[in-house]
Formats: sequence, C-alpha cells, structure tokens
Amino acid sequence: MRLIIIATLAAAAVAAGCATTSEEQPPARVEERAAKPPAPVETKPVARVDLTSKPAAGSPLKDPNNILSRRSIYYDYDKFDIRDEFRPLVEAHAKYLRENPGAKMLIQGNADERGSREYNVGLGQRRSDSVKRALTILGAKENQIESVSLGEEKPVCAEHAEDCWAKNRRGDMLYGGEY
Amino acid sequence: MQALLTRLRAFLGAVLLLTTPLAGAQLSIEITGAGAPRMPIAVAPFPGEAALGAGITSIVRADLERSGLFRGLEVPPLSPAPTEASPVNYAEWRARLADALVLGSVAARPDGRYEVRFRLYDVVKQASLGGIAYTLSKEQVRATAHRIADFVYEKLTGEKGVFSTRIAYVVKRGNRFELQIADADGAGEETALVSFEPIISPAWSPDGRRLAYVSFENKKPVVYVHSLVDGKRNVVANFRGSNSAPAWSPDGAKLAVTLSREGGSQIFLINADGSSLRRLTSSAAIDTEPRFSGDGQWIYFTSDRGGTPQIYRMPAAGGEPQRVTFEGSYNVTPRLSPDGKTLAYITRNESKFQVALLDLSNRQVQIITDSDRDESPSFAPNGRMILLATVIGGRGVLSAVSSDGRVKQRLSLTAGDVREPAWGPFIE
Repeated sequence: MRLIIIATLAAAAVAAGCATTSEEQPPARVEERAAKPPAPVETKPVARVDLTSKPAAGSPLKDPNNILSRRSIYYDYDKFDIRDEFRPLVEAHAKYLRENPGAKMLIQGNADERGSREYNVGLGQRRSDSVKRALTILGAKENQIESVSLGEEKPVCAEHAEDCWAKNRRGDMLYGGEY
Repeated sequence: MQALLTRLRAFLGAVLLLTTPLAGAQLSIEITGAGAPRMPIAVAPFPGEAALGAGITSIVRADLERSGLFRGLEVPPLSPAPTEASPVNYAEWRARLADALVLGSVAARPDGRYEVRFRLYDVVKQASLGGIAYTLSKEQVRATAHRIADFVYEKLTGEKGVFSTRIAYVVKRGNRFELQIADADGAGEETALVSFEPIISPAWSPDGRRLAYVSFENKKPVVYVHSLVDGKRNVVANFRGSNSAPAWSPDGAKLAVTLSREGGSQIFLINADGSSLRRLTSSAAIDTEPRFSGDGQWIYFTSDRGGTPQIYRMPAAGGEPQRVTFEGSYNVTPRLSPDGKTLAYITRNESKFQVALLDLSNRQVQIITDSDRDESPSFAPNGRMILLATVIGGRGVLSAVSSDGRVKQRLSLTAGDVREPAWGPFIE
C-alpha cells in the first residue's frame, strides 16, 4: 500500500518537473527578479524505503556494520582475562549501556568440555564476571548486568579438539529480549 | 579362566536378550573385568516362574554376577525340579561345584497375584541360611528378584546388597535432555524430567524420594528439588548469577550449593525449602562441588585457591579449610565412601581424567579406572562399587568399577549420550 502511494507521488513529481522546465516560457527580466527576492524553493524530500538492507528498526545492536552486533569474547585455556583484541568490543558495549541506562545485559560465560562440569561452571562464571567488571569500570551500572555461567553445557562446537574448544571458551553478551 | 569368562559373557548376553525387550531405550550392562575368586552359586529355576513372564531366577543370577563376587553355575534341567520344600541332595550340588544354592517356587494365588518362596543353602556346610516368601503382582517381578538377590548377597558376604537401589542419570538425545531413574542394573528406567536445556548434578535426598539438580531452563543454572513421587518441582536457589552443585546434608534438611550472587563461585548453606541462606566459604577462588561427610561434620569441596583445583574440607558449620589432595595439578569432584574412610575423586593424570581413591587414614592414592574422560563418580550405598560417567568411542556411557578396581562394568545406551550418574540410597 505504502509503496503504491510513494510510486504515485514520484510519478507526479516527475510530471511537474517537466511542466516547469518548458522552454516555451518567455525569459524573465533580470531586473524584476533582483527587485523581488525569490520564494524559497520547496523541495519536499521523498521518503525512501529500502528493502534490500535487512537490519530493521535501526537498532545498532543488530546492525552488522556496528561493532555492537558482535557479542562474543574468546578466552585462552584456563584463563579469564579479556584479550586486547576484545577491548574495543567491551568499550563499545560499555558506552551503549552508559547511554541507554534502561538496557539490561545477561553475560553467559562458557568453558570447554574438559574436566568437571561443576568446576567448569565456576570457570565460565569467572569469565562472565570479568566482562561484567570491565563494563562497570567503563561506566555501565552494576544493576544493568547479570553475569552467569553455562559451564561446558552449551558448546557451539562439538568436536573434541582444540579448534573447537577455543570456540567454546567464550563469554556471550545478550541484551534484554534476546534470551 | 579366559574360556570361563567368554562363556560367562555369552551367558549374560543371552540373559540380557531375554530380559530387555526394549533394549533401545534402556541401559545394558557388559562386564569388562571381573574380580577373583568368585563364589560359585547355583540358582535353580523356580518351578512355576514361567507364569511371571520375566525370568525371576535369571534376574537374581545376573544381579549376583554383576557384583563380581559370584559366578552363576549352569543348572541342567532336573526332574523332579527341586523347590525350597524339597530335601536337598548336598552331594549332588557339591558335585556340580556349587558352594551356595538357591531353590524356590512360584505359585499363582486365587486373587490373581503370585507367591514366590525361596531358600538359600550353604552347600559346603550343608546348612540352610534362611528364606523368604513374597506376594507379588506381575509388575513386581524385577523388584522381587532384586530383593532375593539382596538377601543372598547379604547372607553370603556379610554386607548389604544394592540390587534394590536405583540410579539417576541424564541422557542427551539430540537437543533433548532427560533426567532418568533406573534400577541399579539399568533396567526399568523412568523419566523424571525432559528439557530442551541441560540438566546436571542430580543428587539424591537421603530418603531417596527427591532429587536436587541444576537445570538451565531459565538460560542460567538454577537449583531445583524434584519430588519423584508426584513430580513437584521447587526452586531452592535462583539468585542473581549462577546457582549450582547441590549436596544434601545427611538429615535431608539442608543443601550446600555454589552461588555467584556475591561474585565468584562460593559455597552457601540453604534449607531444602529455599529459606535461610548462609555463606560458608570466603575466598577469591572457585569453591564448588560441596559434599557432606556421612556424619555431617565436614564438607569436602573443590577449590582452586592454591592455584590449581584441589580438594579441601572444612567444618560443616563453616571454618578454616584444610587441603586434602596434594598429588597432581587437577583433583576435583570429591565423593566420600559411605563408611567415610575413602575419598573418590577425579584426577588429571597427564591428559587423562580418571577416578582416584584416597585412603584417608594412610593417604595412599590409587587410580582405579583405565578410561580417560571420567566424571562424576558415585558410590553404591554399600561402598562396594563406584558408578561414573566416561566417554567410549565418542559417546557418553556409564561405567562401574569396584572400589578395589578389580571389577569393571559398562552400562551403555544404544542411542544418546549418558552422563551425570548418581547412585541412590538404600530404601527401607
């Protein structure tokens, strides 16, 4: 419906343009024009609807070109410190949380499959706690963020090898409504 | 000896085929190592047992053999078939090399139920060791067979049998997680909970009526207590952060749990109804996997406060922890034997995760498994066997090992991963 209306308007605009640029009109006198200031040209912008670019509603959290759409932080074996390469990501999310005090975040820490399931819950918690700490140091409010652990229970990669384990040693940042 | 083992395995296979019509769904047991010497016992078929469907004497025999302490003898068809009321020809049973003998009978009752009678004999001493009569319906055949096996086991070994106890474990099939309860032999399984999210750490209440566990159904770990009688579930710990690792106090009134509500992973005590929370540990480390000692005096737990995960213990009321394990750089999941003398745990041995036993009196450590991805050891309530989860051929299976390491069994499911076993208590 909306598309049809826009198409009609666009056609009308094209028609009007043709009419005003007719060469048969007598040339206007320069003096008269100078004496009388011209009416401001009203160019009403056409509302553009683009269905070719997916992310809707303009949320920076979902825009693939925005760093905020990235949510995962990966860790070294048995480590929970945030590697330098993930600093900009954490800073961007801290800024978003600062600027959107109503936003809530759940951080899920994960561990690889080796060892005790419950100790791995502890390792995942250490990872999510470290992300939460970094975010609050950068100005996010403590009550905006809950850090939890999924231990080794929700692997994204199922092979029993280091390539996979590295993908599973992970912290995921989820915003309200995403979990 | 090898020929004998082969024969025993073939025989067991036949028994399992007969008694496991739904083999796709239930755990089947394979004995992969046996202790020696095993007492030869003859369990003669009970005249009339065919009316019960499942072979009651087959189940008794399989139970006894699974313990690794008995060897079931083949009993040829006898005419007339002896019962508990027949005079015993000891010389004849001695000639069949039996040290012990079980005779019995099954009779239909007018009310549609059945009566099973049996008697146990010491063939060497030529003496009766007693017997029992049970009234049962067809649905109670397995339970009755397990009770008979428990009676025989206790009379002949002096310790209580665990054939009537139950085990809990988690099966992962595709994206479904099922918390199941089965007889100690893996048969008669029932599902207590099905979820699309993981379930870990089931722990039996001391009365065997409830299970505490951790469920991830709320996108984070939450501790529940689940009544097996009516399926009622209560949230015990759902605080901000993670809630996990439930352990019952011996009186069943409290649970020790690991919470991250105050940062990190720390051990707290909470009433089984979720009231009255108290913090027990206070460290910057991961403190988790609490377990009460049987006398309720101590809580054993895993902590990496010393740099690597090790087992510690502290007074159950809270207090200064003492380190318990010293060998190796990864010792987790403490489980005390029922008599409190031995600690089972998982140790990383090079890159293998295996079950170790620590004798708490002389500090001797012994690794008792030869698998390499062991988890969650769980003592039988008589302390004789330890059930554990491991991985064979890329699949999660349960395995059981005797506490002397000599008898080994594997319980596997034809489809799905099995993990997180917990052996239930004696049921009075």
